[in-house]
Amino acid sequence: MTQELTQNRITNLFTHKSERLLNVYFTAGFPNLDDTVTILRGLQAAGVDIVEIGMPYSDPVADGETIQQSNDKALNNGMSLKTLFAQLADCRKGADPVNVPILLMGYINPVLQFGIENFCKKCQEVGVDGVILPDLPLDLFLDEYASIFNEYGILNVNLITPQTSEARIRHIDAESDGFIYMVSSASITGSVKGVSDTMQAYFERIAAMNLRNPRLIGFGINNHETFDTASKYANGAIVGSAFIRHLTEQGTSPESIQAFVQTIRA
Amino acid sequence: MQTTLEPKTSFEVSNKGFYGHFGGAFIPEMLYPNVEELRQNYLTIIADPAFQAEFWQLLEDYVGRPTPLFLAKRLSDKVGGTVYLKREDLCHTGAHKVNNTIGQILVAQRLGKKRIVAETGAGQHGVATATVCALMGLECIVYMGSIDMERQKPNVDRMRMLGATVVPATSGSQTLKDATNEAMRHWINNPVDTHYIIGSVVGPHPYPDMVARFQSVISQEVKKQLLAKTGNENPNYVVACVGGGSNAAGAFYHYLNEPSVRLVAAEAAGQGVTSGHSAATTALGKPGVLHGSRTILMQTEDGQVIEPYSISAGLDYPGIGPLHAHLFESGRGDFYAITDDEALQAGFQLSKLEGIIPALESAHALAALEKMNLKSDDVVVVCLSGRGDKDLSTYSKYL
Repeated sequence: MTQELTQNRITNLFTHKSERLLNVYFTAGFPNLDDTVTILRGLQAAGVDIVEIGMPYSDPVADGETIQQSNDKALNNGMSLKTLFAQLADCRKGADPVNVPILLMGYINPVLQFGIENFCKKCQEVGVDGVILPDLPLDLFLDEYASIFNEYGILNVNLITPQTSEARIRHIDAESDGFIYMVSSASITGSVKGVSDTMQAYFERIAAMNLRNPRLIGFGINNHETFDTASKYANGAIVGSAFIRHLTEQGTSPESIQAFVQTIRA
Repeated sequence: MQTTLEPKTSFEVSNKGFYGHFGGAFIPEMLYPNVEELRQNYLTIIADPAFQAEFWQLLEDYVGRPTPLFLAKRLSDKVGGTVYLKREDLCHTGAHKVNNTIGQILVAQRLGKKRIVAETGAGQHGVATATVCALMGLECIVYMGSIDMERQKPNVDRMRMLGATVVPATSGSQTLKDATNEAMRHWINNPVDTHYIIGSVVGPHPYPDMVARFQSVISQEVKKQLLAKTGNENPNYVVACVGGGSNAAGAFYHYLNEPSVRLVAAEAAGQGVTSGHSAATTALGKPGVLHGSRTILMQTEDGQVIEPYSISAGLDYPGIGPLHAHLFESGRGDFYAITDDEALQAGFQLSKLEGIIPALESAHALAALEKMNLKSDDVVVVCLSGRGDKDLSTYSKYL
């Protein structure tokens, strides 16, 4: 591990806290272009452990209707990677800096057009700690991009699903730093309701593997009950679509965000 | 009976699924096990003599292969050179698409899959998929852009009659790109018992290679038929339309390593390359990743996919297959941008000169002939990928 990664906010977070971590996703530029930092601060104030900011994309194939619509709205609002980095430029600075770990989540094409090195450099400059790029193949990442990510201290978070083989989970675990994103079931985002017996069996199977990385469970985590269950089998959970729906219905005020986070954590 | 689908070419796919800079498998982990299962098994399955026997028998007895190679005399007089039409429009279901769906349904059966999901643009691939699902007794779900469902209604009815469920894709441009997104999502939600029959040479590896192999029956037959008719199996040009590019991949396949044969691809320029309503990918695109492979893609400076436009639903796609991207980048292929008007005129011309109403997709390939400055001794094979019955409502607006 490089010097930069040992100072990474996500790595540091997991060395100090290993239970009931809450990671909340929202789409940059949604519902309004300039809401990004407002929501980020709202989530920090509400005590969220990690914030995942979606980089909107026109064709988010792993996402369901809720997140796709938020992506479309954000793009129509004029959001782009350049704008997102500009919005985040000063958030780690000044009298009241944002200190919650930040992940960027999105698809590879906009990042490729921005340039991988330029992207990592910008992440480092504005204080982004890691990225989730579901359609970036692990072997391509290791062959071509890992050294660049390391140089700038940016974590690449990998996903596993119920269909991922044990050998591949071991490989992903060996090649991951930060945490492993456990997709709860065979699904796109926002399409799962509740935690089924099959899902619990999968959670137990992975928990028994004693992976070196901590795990957060995502997809289908939308209330206190599902957050609680996920936290029994992993280090915490990720909430996305449910928060997007909340922002749409209840707005982006600190009180609204606080209320949402309290509902999940209860 | 034919016996092989595997000529070795310098344009063949690499172990990691790349054609030059293009290809690969850019897929979320949710799809990795499915795609990996296919990648590890498809070559073995295809090479199995029992598969080969069933595949070729179905192509002969069910699809109606070999399709004729027709000397279009009056068209030849009009455009210059000697023009042969490879009559894929005479395949069962009315287009070349069935060559691939026959192959993939046999692969899916051998992988133990119970359900088929597919995307479709013009509806030809959807019909071909619904047809083989009916033939084999598998459940079939086809995603189709809601705009395409309106402009290709006869094909929607055909799919339903064949027992398929047609699901409208209502996101984005509501055309082929979005139908593909929705079909991929369906596959993510149903990974174990479902096979995704991709209809073109697009998608993550091994789809572009697998589909090209199944479609390579086109060029395999052309070689034999041209030899019998002219004494030379190589024409000067092979011409085909390219949306994703499956008929072109099939028509080019056995000529990829014959440098004397120019490979000509006709893309849909829509209302004009610079009109803002176009699908001319090589003219407007740049390298990027869409639907699982690195290819040439119409996109904004920020990497957002631009919604394409073409009068032809089958060419209304913002990318091309990675093999075609490689042909373009390497200079092996000549790419022409054909407008809606040029395609319509070429469609009307073929109807009147030869008594063949072509699909609007194939009409783009025919329109390229006018731009090629053919010499009198040039021999040209045009892949007539499909018939125009499905496009009558569009044609009739211009009669």
